[in-house]
Amino acid sequence: MKNDIILSGVGGQGILSIAAVIGLAAVENNLFLKQSEVHGMSQRGGDVQSHFRLSDKPVMSDLIPYGRADLIISVEPMESLRYLPWLSKTGWIVTSSNPYINIPDYPPVEDILAEIRRIPNNIIIDADAIAKECGSVKAMNMVILGAASPYINMPFESLGNAIRSLFGRKGEDIVSLNLKAFEAGLKFSAEPVK
Amino acid sequence: MQKLLLLGDEAIARAALDAGLSGMYAYPGTPSTEIMEYIQSYPLGTEIKVHREWSSNEKTAMEAALGMSYAGKRVMVAMKHVGLNVAADGFINSAITGVNGGLIVVVADDPSMHSSQNEQDSRFYGKFAFVPVYEPSTQQEAYDMIFDAFELSEKYFTPVLFRITTRLAHSRAAVKLREALPQKSLKLPSDSSRFVLLPSIARKRYRLLLNTYDSLRYDNRITKYNTFTDGENRSLGVISSGIAHNYLMENFTETPPGFPVLKIAAYPYTKDQIRNITDKCETVLVLEEGYPFIEESLRGFLDNGKKIYGRLDNTVPRDGELNPAIVAKALGLSFPSGPDIPEVVKMRPPSFCKGCGHIDMFNAINEALKSYGPGGVFSDIGCYTMAALPPFSSINSCVDMGASVTMAIGASDAGLFPAVAVIGDSTFTHSGMTGLLDAVVKNSNMTLIIGDNSTTGMTGGQKSQGTGRIANICAGLGVEPDHIRMIIPLRKNHEENIRVMKEEFDYKGVSVIIAERECIQTASKKKRSESSNE
Repeated sequence: MKNDIILSGVGGQGILSIAAVIGLAAVENNLFLKQSEVHGMSQRGGDVQSHFRLSDKPVMSDLIPYGRADLIISVEPMESLRYLPWLSKTGWIVTSSNPYINIPDYPPVEDILAEIRRIPNNIIIDADAIAKECGSVKAMNMVILGAASPYINMPFESLGNAIRSLFGRKGEDIVSLNLKAFEAGLKFSAEPVK
Repeated sequence: MQKLLLLGDEAIARAALDAGLSGMYAYPGTPSTEIMEYIQSYPLGTEIKVHREWSSNEKTAMEAALGMSYAGKRVMVAMKHVGLNVAADGFINSAITGVNGGLIVVVADDPSMHSSQNEQDSRFYGKFAFVPVYEPSTQQEAYDMIFDAFELSEKYFTPVLFRITTRLAHSRAAVKLREALPQKSLKLPSDSSRFVLLPSIARKRYRLLLNTYDSLRYDNRITKYNTFTDGENRSLGVISSGIAHNYLMENFTETPPGFPVLKIAAYPYTKDQIRNITDKCETVLVLEEGYPFIEESLRGFLDNGKKIYGRLDNTVPRDGELNPAIVAKALGLSFPSGPDIPEVVKMRPPSFCKGCGHIDMFNAINEALKSYGPGGVFSDIGCYTMAALPPFSSINSCVDMGASVTMAIGASDAGLFPAVAVIGDSTFTHSGMTGLLDAVVKNSNMTLIIGDNSTTGMTGGQKSQGTGRIANICAGLGVEPDHIRMIIPLRKNHEENIRVMKEEFDYKGVSVIIAERECIQTASKKKRSESSNE
């Protein structure tokens, strides 16, 4: 079993919380993992990515090779496309549809979504709206993680446990908000496309 | 024993703590910052009394570490690669004095310059100083090596250089911990005259150093990390080091490589270790992250020996970091690629945070300079370097820590007017103060603008040594009190700030304008931690 995942977004959007949840769950399942992050200058509103590699065998490279990612999880639609060279032919894109516009030449969102739909396995989710329904737009990253969870080789319960332990110190309200957001995301991708 | 998920940086920090560290000295710099941050946040740190305050710069950190080593304790110092240029004097001479308590110098190189001005390879500094170098390829190896590095340091009285690169520094993996060792007790060196580098002593010490460097390469703590794996196919042998070894092995997860592989992870290596693979194989490919350090040593100047492939013949690109695809290509293996990035995807460069004080500062600088003409704004290393990019395009230089002040002096000497330097508070106390003293002494006609956001912003908001002290420092260095001007970079003060700037540009002498407003990232972090403590 191997699961290579690229997490992407814009600095400050919370992709490292997604990474932390998957990481905790991987440890619970005794899987090997390497997770490479971007720190430093690019965190200032620039594009950020994390390479997440899970396996039942020791992982060699800290970076995912081109064409080998099983999954791109993106909290921003344009950013999901930036990592296409890493996506395998059978890989999935799970992305938020909500653009983060901090550059003057941000393209029309419809053009971006059209490009994403050209990838056969795609899930585009209005994560902000779903998170808001759950109680706070801040939980949008857990909505996306939930939507992506069917494509992560890990029991759902492990991811749930990891959310509990990651957000535990912030109190029960925050835990249940994030669990609710995670489940809402999962429900969204489990439903047949209308 | 316990297993933890740790960044490469954190694995090094944790290993040092578990190996009986008494002090950690550092100046923040990507990708090395998290080493000190881990030690600062270590819950047992207060109890075990480990020193863990930031230093003003890498040189002061290096020298403080040498002082702690002199007193017999284990100590570590960490910096990014260009930081070693700043610390180089102390580092190189610490090899001549030798150490007492174990001393490890961790240097995080940044090939491909993700957050840096160059991609210099610190292994050359090891060779230059005659100091052993470790270069781990995994987080676990980094953890384990630290224990050997301290032992090696104490056995041979040598500082040890610990070289990592960005991808290991910022990659997380599970690390199995060892039982923690106690700290060493205070103990003076048996021969304290060796720390007095008078020429007569230094000459003896240097000869001793040359001998030590030759003999320590045979120590098991070095040789055991340079591992040979044989293979049937002798047409090619591969020598790989550091993170490059991971990229090599990524191409052989299903079946073994089939050709001999020598993994180098500790320097200096022995001739026997190298000959063992080169004698067996018809050709050799060298894979290393950074400069062609091993490759050059193998080729020699004449390069008339064995056929060698690597960066110098462009089998591997001459610059930039490696990845599994580059290595696959060098081996003649096929590698897949996903779809190209569609044209609709635009660049998203880093930018100032919304509400950042630097935005208002540069808006005022641009406006104030309009009537004078362009070309005279020398700047420095920090978030504010982003003012080189549109829409600001405010600054004309960014070279090294503190160079804004001194380049402005030189340009002013040449007749450029106005000569303006723009520096941050942390960079100013790192390396700007001495330049300002030069300016005061020769009464340079220049204006120094210090963007004081009371933090080391770009590396994530570490404590800044000058917080609350900047104006006093400038006065102490001799800047006329009337020409130390305080402004608050806010939109509502725009006109007032422009007026102050123009007045000081027109003053014939050294003036300092301190644009003081706290970094909005650290301010909101503070607010969050205050509210969660309520």
